[in-house]
Amino acid sequence: MSELTRHSAARLAEMLAAKEVTSVEVTQAHLDRIAEVDGNINAFLHVNTEEALAVAADVDKARAAGEDLPALAGVPIAIKDLIVTVGQPTTAGSKMLEGWMSPYDATVIKKIRAARMPMLGKTNLDEFAMGSSTEHSAYGPTRNPWDLSRIPGGSGGGSAAAVAAFEAPLALGTDTGGSIRQPAAVTGSVGVKPTYGGVSRYGAIAMASSLDQIGPVSRTVLDSALLHEVIGGHDPHDSTSLTDPVGSLVEAAKTGNVAGMRIGVINELQGEGYDEGVLARFHESLDLLRDAGAEIVEVSCPNFKYALGAYYLIMPSEASSNLAKYDGVRFGHRVLPAESPLTIERVMGATRAAGFGDEVKRRIILGTYALSAGYYDAYYGSAQKVRTLIQRDFDAAFAQADVLISPTSPVPAFKLGEKLNDPLAMYLNDVATIPANLAGIPGISIPGGLADGLPVGIQFLAPAREDARLYRAGHVLETLLEEKWGGPLLSQAPDLRQLSGAETTSGAK
Amino acid sequence: MSAVTEEILSFEEAMEKYDPVLGFEVHVELNTKTKMFSSAPNVFGDEPNTAITPVDLGLPGVLPTVNKAAVESSIKIGLALGCKIAPSCTFARKQYFYPDTPKNFQTSQYEDPIAFDGSIDIELEDGTVFTVEIERAHMEEDAGKLTHMGGATGRIQGADFSLVDYNRAGVPLVEIVTKPIEGAGSRAPELAKAYVAAIREIVKNLGVSDAKMERGNVRCDANVSLRPYGQEKFGTRSETKNVNSLRAVERAVRFEIQRHAAVLDSGEKVVQETRHWHEDTRSTTSGRPKSDADDYRYFPEPDLLPVVTTEEWIEELRAQLPEPPAERRKRLKTDWGYSDAEFRDVVNAGVMDAIEETIAAGASAAVARKWWMGEVSRRAKEAEVDPVDVGVTPELIVELDKLVQAGKINDKLSRQVLDGVLAGEGTPEEVIEKRGLAVVSDDGPLLEAIDAALAAQPDVAEKIRGGKVQAAGAIVGGVMKATRGQADAGRVRELIFERLGVQG
Repeated sequence: MSELTRHSAARLAEMLAAKEVTSVEVTQAHLDRIAEVDGNINAFLHVNTEEALAVAADVDKARAAGEDLPALAGVPIAIKDLIVTVGQPTTAGSKMLEGWMSPYDATVIKKIRAARMPMLGKTNLDEFAMGSSTEHSAYGPTRNPWDLSRIPGGSGGGSAAAVAAFEAPLALGTDTGGSIRQPAAVTGSVGVKPTYGGVSRYGAIAMASSLDQIGPVSRTVLDSALLHEVIGGHDPHDSTSLTDPVGSLVEAAKTGNVAGMRIGVINELQGEGYDEGVLARFHESLDLLRDAGAEIVEVSCPNFKYALGAYYLIMPSEASSNLAKYDGVRFGHRVLPAESPLTIERVMGATRAAGFGDEVKRRIILGTYALSAGYYDAYYGSAQKVRTLIQRDFDAAFAQADVLISPTSPVPAFKLGEKLNDPLAMYLNDVATIPANLAGIPGISIPGGLADGLPVGIQFLAPAREDARLYRAGHVLETLLEEKWGGPLLSQAPDLRQLSGAETTSGAK
Repeated sequence: MSAVTEEILSFEEAMEKYDPVLGFEVHVELNTKTKMFSSAPNVFGDEPNTAITPVDLGLPGVLPTVNKAAVESSIKIGLALGCKIAPSCTFARKQYFYPDTPKNFQTSQYEDPIAFDGSIDIELEDGTVFTVEIERAHMEEDAGKLTHMGGATGRIQGADFSLVDYNRAGVPLVEIVTKPIEGAGSRAPELAKAYVAAIREIVKNLGVSDAKMERGNVRCDANVSLRPYGQEKFGTRSETKNVNSLRAVERAVRFEIQRHAAVLDSGEKVVQETRHWHEDTRSTTSGRPKSDADDYRYFPEPDLLPVVTTEEWIEELRAQLPEPPAERRKRLKTDWGYSDAEFRDVVNAGVMDAIEETIAAGASAAVARKWWMGEVSRRAKEAEVDPVDVGVTPELIVELDKLVQAGKINDKLSRQVLDGVLAGEGTPEEVIEKRGLAVVSDDGPLLEAIDAALAAQPDVAEKIRGGKVQAAGAIVGGVMKATRGQADAGRVRELIFERLGVQG
């Protein structure tokens, strides 16, 4: 493997700026790496070779001409295939959109283009971002670079695996209940869910509009901050987009100390259901932070026990509505019913029956039911009340602490197929990440070490609009841990060239 | 495909037995530059599927944004209907699968409309005033337009396939919903027409809609139910859709009253359903069954923030409201000095604005009315168009009137001049020149003709001499005939009296 793929985005940006390397070289190195390992990983649904190299060549030319370039110009990036892109197919991991080409770019894609970052391709995900293992992709599961028989988390398993397998230094993800953070945790990478409204959702295919948020995926905290500054900021196309400036996230990531920072340990996000190894790494991190001068306090969020329940009413309700547009009339897959009559209702029905996978159907059915007359108040209405209670829990917790901390995922990566037929067990993977989405607050997951040879994630949460605190705390913990480990966690990952996918079990195809 | 003709009772008999209750949902298309939730142009008649953005097609990933101009228009409508304006209101998704609805839900308002609790006074043609209570006016988006191809009826049943045009999808709508209207009795059809006419007039006057019913800018769903007199509980209602002219509203309500009465008379129950109005047969046919249990799975639109209306904003918009049509009519009637009947005729003929413009251009109120209600209306009737569409402008009327006042032409000639102008022969002056229409202003030929007429009718001449001046008409008539209309009747009259030595 070319050494170029081992560098962080920040380092690559420095090397590019210093003309030690060209963007074409960097981009080609990553394309080579994709060609080399993605047969096993299946992180990419589409590789954007031609355009990526063309953009890279443009950047090199501009740099040679002495043009002023954005910080990450020439640094390649992978895009979760839930985000629409002109010139590359967008599938949302679903048969429903197989072959569909968006006529418009998502706002974040426009920003990526403006930042002159070559797009390596589109990454795999659970269909319409519904899942915690990437096994619900219609295009086969993505495998965890740490162990090809295990899941890379989900829904953004493709983006996380691409970054963890050194196929891309950066990626974009989306996080509705943990789809950026949980994959980061189980692949030993970094993932950030920004404050709701901090990054435009325009062009992110909606699952649950009030919960969805685009965010950075990377191998270092600083890299996520760099990317966050590129994609953040107000967008008039997204009414829920915040009007405040993004803030100095890169600077926060470089602060370098947590002295006097109050870090709240959420009582409800540990203990039963949490893997012992996960808890051990979590407590080690707490010790490191305490030693570094942070004040560790305990906080209680009693309503978190209702979070998963509320989430699984609000999310499917919104999803059932957002996915109504996939009917074969205007775009995407169209299936004609086997028997006549050929009416529009029957075409829509046949299209949706054939185009959606089981998990998507499960959530559409749940959501349709929850919104039905007579059930709305009991289900959707109650869930919204719980949401308010969870926001209040956070308000109270943040009165005591500057940031909160918890394990990102209760368990490390599980085996492919292990939870595929047990939706409830699958849903429990997001128990620690969901509250942030319900409250609209930002969260980060950083590598916290290994449990039985598998990565464990540590999650920080901050109040809305205080994303900078995540980068400050995250970077300090990252530094302390890497000192302890003698290098990045991912340097302990197995050499993918010696792993074979043959021994692995197959997930949902 | 049309359903079997249904039994109906005579309107009179229906009215003897049953008390009608009405309700209206009027959709008003706003004439904002762009659509309700996208930047696509809000235009009529473009090539299909050109006035669209990814948002209007409901493509994956798109998000709506609220058109502020549409909100302002909605507030103005609310204010003009005497409604309260919500300090904060939300959008909601009304969910149903239909191919003209790109997202398979319509973004509308549900629990908290932007305007509510209003009322307007509706004046019928004979001056009777009904107060109609407005329950709410809410913002929403229009659907696309389906064209069903093949099949005999042009309707979806039996069609080979359907085409869909999304140009209209997302056009801003305000839906105005009345409370149940009771007590209209046999005036119900007339009230229905007058109500829709009033809404159309209001939104047109506000400038927020083009208000053309034939283009669907104003669309009415009419709810009708009957109950025995004295019963408090409402009967089962039908909702007649596709009623797209004022006349059709009146006829549809009338038909439904007659149809309901026949159903009730036969001991059957009225089915709660939508009905379709057919202008050709002047009847309704059954649409789809509709019940209060129709489940649209409404929920708050998570992609949009609540619309917050500050007191300052509302007052700013209130200050921009034009004079309400009813008040304007009252003012104009007084200013012009028309009688009740004269004014009502003017309003019913749809020439009030034209008269106002004609007066503004320099004509007297009497002259303006004479032209618009006389010659122009006559021509309109002949051509089967509205008087304002005859091609006569206020300026032309003022010009013709000036020529009459100056004695250059008389009334009869002025009509011929008008013919010439409308035929494209040039200005009135040019037409007079070309057609040789100027009045005979030389007294010589007139006196000759007068003498001839007097000689021809010596008995009339005698009467005039005896002081019966009104008898002069017969002599004037003879002179006009002799001069082929080119004499100034006033001058002829003067000369007759002069000749006979009497005071006119």
